[in-house]
Amino acid sequence: MSDNFLDVKNLKVHFPTDDGLVKSVDGLSFALDRGKTLGIVGESGSGKSVTSLSVLGLHKGGRAKISGEIWLDGEELVSATPEHVRRLRGKKMAMIFQDPLSAMHPYFTVGAQIIEAYRIHNKVTKKVARKHAADLLGRVGIPQPDRRVDSYPHEFSGGMRQRAMIAMALSCDPELLIADEPTTALDVTVQAQILDLMRDLQRDFNAALIIITHDLGVVAELSDDILVMYGGKAIEYGSAEDIFERPEHPYTWGLLGSMPRLDREPTERLLPIKGSPPSLINVPAGCAFHPRCAFEGRTGGKAGTEVPELAETEGGHLVRCHLPREERRAIWANEIKPNLESA
Amino acid sequence: MTAEPLLSVQGLEKHFPVTKGLLQRQVGAVKAVDGVSFDVFKGETLGLVGESGCGKTTTGRLITRLIEPTGGKVVFDGHDITHMSQGRIRPLRREMQMIFQDPYSSLNPRHTVGAIVGAPFKIQGVQTEHGIKKAVQDILALVGLNPEHYNRYPHEFSGGQRQRIGIARTLALKPKLIIADEPVSALDVSIQAQVVNLLEDLQSELDLTYVVIAHDLSVVRHISDRVAVMYLGKLVELADRKALYETPMHPYTNALLSAVPIPDPKRRQGRERIRLQGDVPSPLNPPPACRFHTRCWKAQEICKVEEPPLLQLAPGHQVACHFPENAPAAGGTAEGTTEAAAPAQT
Ligand SMILES: Nc1ncnc2c1ncn2[C@@H]1O[C@H](COP(=O)(O)OP(=O)(O)OP(=O)(O)O)[C@@H](O)[C@H]1O
Ligand SMILES: Nc1ncnc2c1ncn2[C@@H]1O[C@H](COP(=O)(O)OP(=O)(O)O)[C@@H](O)[C@H]1O
Ligand code: SF4
Ligand code: SF4
Ligand SMILES: [Mg+2]
Ligand SMILES: [Mg+2]
Repeated sequence: MSDNFLDVKNLKVHFPTDDGLVKSVDGLSFALDRGKTLGIVGESGSGKSVTSLSVLGLHKGGRAKISGEIWLDGEELVSATPEHVRRLRGKKMAMIFQDPLSAMHPYFTVGAQIIEAYRIHNKVTKKVARKHAADLLGRVGIPQPDRRVDSYPHEFSGGMRQRAMIAMALSCDPELLIADEPTTALDVTVQAQILDLMRDLQRDFNAALIIITHDLGVVAELSDDILVMYGGKAIEYGSAEDIFERPEHPYTWGLLGSMPRLDREPTERLLPIKGSPPSLINVPAGCAFHPRCAFEGRTGGKAGTEVPELAETEGGHLVRCHLPREERRAIWANEIKPNLESA
Repeated sequence: MTAEPLLSVQGLEKHFPVTKGLLQRQVGAVKAVDGVSFDVFKGETLGLVGESGCGKTTTGRLITRLIEPTGGKVVFDGHDITHMSQGRIRPLRREMQMIFQDPYSSLNPRHTVGAIVGAPFKIQGVQTEHGIKKAVQDILALVGLNPEHYNRYPHEFSGGQRQRIGIARTLALKPKLIIADEPVSALDVSIQAQVVNLLEDLQSELDLTYVVIAHDLSVVRHISDRVAVMYLGKLVELADRKALYETPMHPYTNALLSAVPIPDPKRRQGRERIRLQGDVPSPLNPPPACRFHTRCWKAQEICKVEEPPLLQLAPGHQVACHFPENAPAAGGTAEGTTEAAAPAQT
């Protein structure tokens, strides 16, 4: 059992493939309450999408090997039947994808798709459902919703399609909403509109929201808590303030150093991470980040052999690194932070 | 900066015909680039920003003459190349190279890295002192790739490494001007920073001039000396980096900058954001006069009937707007404009 609305414990999702076992998610734990937003960040292939699909039960019955526990409102989902999880999907939890075109059927009107989703879970007449669909389209900012319910997805612009998909996801008042790269395909002015919309809706619906992205700006805009993933594992987990103001993991430092920022004086140089993200078939032994880590030499050879624990540093802020806490804090304060601020 | 620009673009236009039916009757035109003018000086980086479909890539392809303009002029290093034949343009091509967005599709999967990076030498009939292999290996080392990987294929490399291969191929010809079209947007954040730093190092080492096309305003600020903003085929603002980011004059530039998410959770409260309505209109049927008037919160009657010319309102700062923000008190002088303020009929 669990006190949180959503509680994921030691989730593992492994795929057997011809090339070997892909450990896409390898022992992930996090928790989330209604009305709160969790941001999951990481580079491509770090396991973000597999995590979200697993929570929604979309890997059930496939070749994925799933273990661990997913508690949603007091119910455990890893051991539940696929039928049961399917019933919860749409009603209790829903997903917003990066590419609305792939999530919508091209031959049915936007309205018809919302109506169908709504009527699966609600015994109402077509007329009532249609009214509900138009209301939702209006709610997500589609102009002339009474007319636009009869439009086809291709008649919408990219931003409108993303709004329509959000309307579809909201059709049954879900209590958990997972958005996987919801604005990555959008232009910056439209992205700002969608982020505003998600913030407003979350407040109104009091849902638990998970937003998955590689964009640190987007997570900072929305998240209460942030989980940083690397190689299928959480390497740092804490409040948004923990992650942006007192990050303690060398990978998080690397992400911050790699990113030019408009809210600060321009720096002379970016401070990238060397190398590239690991393949999940062949995750480096010990600390998965050690081949790219600038501080690997300071952990006395442990980094290459021993997997560091995800351990609490202070007040719910968790870090997976062999460096002692005091040393991490000193490095951040003296060696990293000053270089991020200005030339 | 020297007075003579390395590249001068004057009133550049590309109207793609839109045809219909079996007879391919022309029913309209996509005004992908519609009267764009700017200069690029030796050794500088000009950033070109704007939302999807505003004509950035088309501008790049026009400059490198991958496509032919329907109007205007491109002058490179003193030569008018606008309508130069492919034969005559070949030696100039070498000096003016384009780097593409997608490191996956822009490399031939069946060729080794050695063949890919060496090809420009062969095509151009360049004889190098120590043979092509040695020259290629030198360039691989220069862009941070292992020269031993000469015989590997593109799929054996990561996205960032493939982008380095693309850059190596470009450098093979010792170009003077590089047009980089979204050189980092397909890459992971940590890899983006590696490639941005590489581009900067190469610029100072090899004395390169860049036009960097990107939609990421933070990356553009980091890398550029001057920045040009496009909207629906038009240049709406051009200024040096500091002026553009600190005192943007065009309402669209202001809206763009205000829309960028700030990676600072403390700042999300109390941040005033300009919320633009709607999406970018279709370039097939752009709004008349000021093309931004359908989304602009400052729009007046005049904006719908009279196209604002691109004027220099402060030294080196050009803007096309009837009611600019942050404008100095005195009126502007018409300079660098190529277009009469006639309303565009569509
Ligand atoms: N060959 C073509 N035929 C017809 N229209 C074209 C052609 N190439 C581009 N266009 C149109 O011209 C406009 C500008 O396209 P362009 O590729 O230059 O945009 P862009 O600014 O590079 O956008 P993005 O940020 O999405 O790459 C678009 O509306 C596009 O659809
Ligand atoms: N159905 C699958 N079969 C095998 N491997 C998979 C499958 N789905 C995802 N993976 C692998 O799992 C890893 C994590 O993928 P994903 O969660 O999509 O990453 P991202 O963090 O970019 O969303 C990747 O290495 C990916 O190739
Ligand atoms: S454990 Fe060692 S290698 Fe891993 S992040 Fe910490 S310092 Fe770097
Ligand atoms: S000319 Fe008018 S509509 Fe256009 S940007 Fe300026 S104020 Fe806005
Ligand atoms: Mg993903
Ligand atoms: Mg483009």
